[in-house]
Amino acid sequence: MTPRTLLALLLAGALNAGAALAATSPDEILPDPALEARARALGKELRCLVCQNQSIDDSDAPLAKDLRRLVRERLVAGDSDARIRQELVARYGDFVLLEPPFKPATWALWIGPALVLLAGAALVATFLRRRPALPAEPELGPEERRALAALLPGEGRDRPA
Amino acid sequence: MIAELGHFALALALAVALAQAVLPLVGAARRDATLVAVARPAALLQLLLVSLAFGALVHLYVVSDFSVANVAANSHQSKPLVYRISGTWGNHEGSLLLWAWILALFGAAVAAFGDNLPATFRARVLGVQALVGVGFLAFVLFTSNPFERLDPAPLEGRGLNPILQDPGLAMHPPMLYLGYVGFSTTFSFAIAGLLEGRIDPSWARWLRPWTLAAWTALTLGIALGSWWAYYELGWGGFWFWDPVENASFMPWLAGTALLHSAIVVEKRDTLKSWTILLAILTFALSLLGTFLVRSGVLTSVHAFASDPARGVFILALLVVAIGGALALYAWRAPSLQGGGMFAPVSREGALLLNNLLLATATATVLLGTLYPLALDVLGGPKISVGPPYFNATFVPLMVPVLVALPVGAVLAWKRGDLPAALGRLRFAAGASLALTLVALWLTDLRAGLALVGYALGAWAILGSLADPLGRALAGGPDPRRVARRLAGLPRATWAMVLAHVGLGVLVIGVTATSTAQSERILTLKPGESAEIAGYTVRLEGVGEVRGPNWIAQRATFGVSRAGAPVTEITSDKRFFVVERRPTTEAGIHTTLGRDLYFVLGDPAGDGAWTVRLYHNPLVVWIWGGAVLMALGGLLSLSDRRFRVGAPRPARGPLAVPAE
Amino acid sequence: MSTRLEQPATARPLRRGWLYLLPVLAFAAVGVFLALGLGRDPQTLPSVLIDKPAPAFTLPPLAGRDERGLSRADLGGRPMLVNVFASWCVPCRIEHPVLEQLAREGVTIHAINYKDDPVDALSFLRTLGDPFERVGADRQGRAAIDWGVYGVPETFVIDRDGRIRYRHVGPLQPRDLEQTIRPLLEKLAR
Repeated sequence: MTPRTLLALLLAGALNAGAALAATSPDEILPDPALEARARALGKELRCLVCQNQSIDDSDAPLAKDLRRLVRERLVAGDSDARIRQELVARYGDFVLLEPPFKPATWALWIGPALVLLAGAALVATFLRRRPALPAEPELGPEERRALAALLPGEGRDRPA
Repeated sequence: MIAELGHFALALALAVALAQAVLPLVGAARRDATLVAVARPAALLQLLLVSLAFGALVHLYVVSDFSVANVAANSHQSKPLVYRISGTWGNHEGSLLLWAWILALFGAAVAAFGDNLPATFRARVLGVQALVGVGFLAFVLFTSNPFERLDPAPLEGRGLNPILQDPGLAMHPPMLYLGYVGFSTTFSFAIAGLLEGRIDPSWARWLRPWTLAAWTALTLGIALGSWWAYYELGWGGFWFWDPVENASFMPWLAGTALLHSAIVVEKRDTLKSWTILLAILTFALSLLGTFLVRSGVLTSVHAFASDPARGVFILALLVVAIGGALALYAWRAPSLQGGGMFAPVSREGALLLNNLLLATATATVLLGTLYPLALDVLGGPKISVGPPYFNATFVPLMVPVLVALPVGAVLAWKRGDLPAALGRLRFAAGASLALTLVALWLTDLRAGLALVGYALGAWAILGSLADPLGRALAGGPDPRRVARRLAGLPRATWAMVLAHVGLGVLVIGVTATSTAQSERILTLKPGESAEIAGYTVRLEGVGEVRGPNWIAQRATFGVSRAGAPVTEITSDKRFFVVERRPTTEAGIHTTLGRDLYFVLGDPAGDGAWTVRLYHNPLVVWIWGGAVLMALGGLLSLSDRRFRVGAPRPARGPLAVPAE
Repeated sequence: MSTRLEQPATARPLRRGWLYLLPVLAFAAVGVFLALGLGRDPQTLPSVLIDKPAPAFTLPPLAGRDERGLSRADLGGRPMLVNVFASWCVPCRIEHPVLEQLAREGVTIHAINYKDDPVDALSFLRTLGDPFERVGADRQGRAAIDWGVYGVPETFVIDRDGRIRYRHVGPLQPRDLEQTIRPLLEKLAR
């Protein structure tokens, strides 16, 4: 085991044992419900740095607990959500945000899906357009229409074939 | 002895797979009937040999033979029998052997049930299947041999991870692999088709049962994983957009698209090269998933002990198999003959839209999963792409899918009449809106998103039911006639309706759980009560309980509502004696309408305990919906039209099916 | 019946051959990324404070050791190290002799004692040796967060102007000294 792994294990505690509960404890909860709601929401957006893909709200690692406490202290001190995020990014980098920021490095990430959709739609449009037009649907004579109506009572023209 | 036998069987299997790969493919190219005929017996023999190897490994686990390194590392005598068995695939080597076994299983199934396939085509399918098998068997034999011996043999095994001793988690890998690996068959069909140079409706008809089988298994596998995470990990989450979850979700999305585009090939002989590409990509995503889990390239709770050396091998396998397949595609696909045309507004058009959206969704998940790695490789900053990203990009794509779902199902082929189709659905639309408002009133509206979710789910359910009901009622309101018309609908129609309804149910479950969950985190002393979502929860007491290999503190909660007792729920904090690891078992009471989910936390001093109480409305609809979808898949599989090649004499007026 | 249906014409397939090359090219790109990604550790986090001034902080002294704590004012003037350690941290024990070696060579090493019981920390230093000049007790771990610390041990190299120039995550090993730390300290001393 590399020292790095040992390190992570020590800090993450019993994480791998599945004791990873939603980790806010009652003593952390702020008395003001609005602030507490903000704290929980922020907690879900911030990454637990020593865990495997968890937010600090979900993790019971000691560092996650410290960060939760820090977030709550700042909220009580009156900081805005954006300010708190900024503070943590200043210390840990964009890695700490579970929602990647929109900056040149992540333009491709955020615009990508829309681009794929547009490219796909363009391909589909090209595919549909490159074909000879469908022949016009033959018109039914009155006899034929009556026969049709007798065969398919109550069904419209649009009967799935 | 058994271990050596297993090892030997595996080596033989590799030899057979090589023969099965080379000879039939050469024979098909040269029209040599003898070589072609090698395929079927080889596939059956390969299954036999790999089964022997896999059976040997299971046996070693059952008898706890710790002279085998793999067993010593991953098992323990005090594990209950069923978990000793499931421990076989709970590690890297064993799970790879499972991969190889299922690969051989599908190959043998094509050999055994593929009577309707022409001999050369079948030989090519089995040949390609064997090529993949060679890759995996070589991987196992040369880098991940489960049969290696340990000398001296330890007295006891090291493998007693309590999390793995769980029914849900025991069944999750086999089901998932049946899905994952099942798509190897559709891959083989696609490559075989490219090699033949001919893709036609019969190809699509042959393809269908295999796509359905793999898709159904994958649906269940993912649902099992999600359900397990829900009850085991302790806070009622069911999906985390973890890279390894995404790795199984991407093949599912692509597989769903494949299922639908194959219908167009079958009915209208068009969209062929796209369907081939999809079949290749779906399996590519399966292989990619295998790579991501085992290579250590991405962080994940799920990752096996990662080893870059193994990662290299799988990457090589991935590059050769998929690179080769896509190169073949680039070469052969342009010469595929185009088929029938259709107007943009038509059943085909709707299925095309379905594919466009699902393919974009797949690409989105892929982008989000691999982007941090790509950015890091390019020298950029380390970033995290978590649930907020996927919720912002994936969810909006699903909206048009759900909106179009019932409409597409009633549009005519070739040229659809949209106003008429919408007209037939107007009752469903109205009912959806009404039910949405009812649902919001019942679950106490939290967000506008809830409105959209409920509406879409209800629309998917009611809209899907509208078509068969409409057809049944078209003959008049006489109940016997209605029943007869309903019974006369082909099984595949019911299968489609069931699957689409299942999706709607799932969407409603997800919406409710995500927006209307109630949570209370507090400390209670025995005898104290708390309120949650109209229930009164009283901590009756916390006592010590002993299990087979653990000791626990068990909290008992009495739940009542308006004075009347509802149920009793217990939650354990378990300490596994040998492993010296704690786990927490949540206490869950499930009804159709909600889950009550209670978790015992740490002692808070002075006899009090931290408890977390959750009320999860409609959460069981999530897995219920997935099960309905899987049932739809199974029902469709049981439709005989898709399995037997020879036509049966019709028994009455044929209702020409729409699917 | 008086109508006659026309023969349905078939569509021309998409003949743009280059389009069919896109999948294999895109896949090749993905493959390259995956190959380059192998062997990288997705969990190591580079410090975002490199080349920035050390954060402002003031830590009380480690009770029982001396009366001097550690604060930003103590950093600068000459190149030095700041080591984050704890008595409960096993790798910290492993790296301790390396720090002792550096201290013997005259390198100034300050320490942040991270979330530790002062009695345990003191005992740690008395048993294994005390290479540190100043030790600040970070009982809550808050100062460490300001430094972007996410595990112990971590070691920072500070230059004359009090800027962070390098962070090492995990225990320092002799080859880290040879390859990185000593050369860097020399460079900063010039």
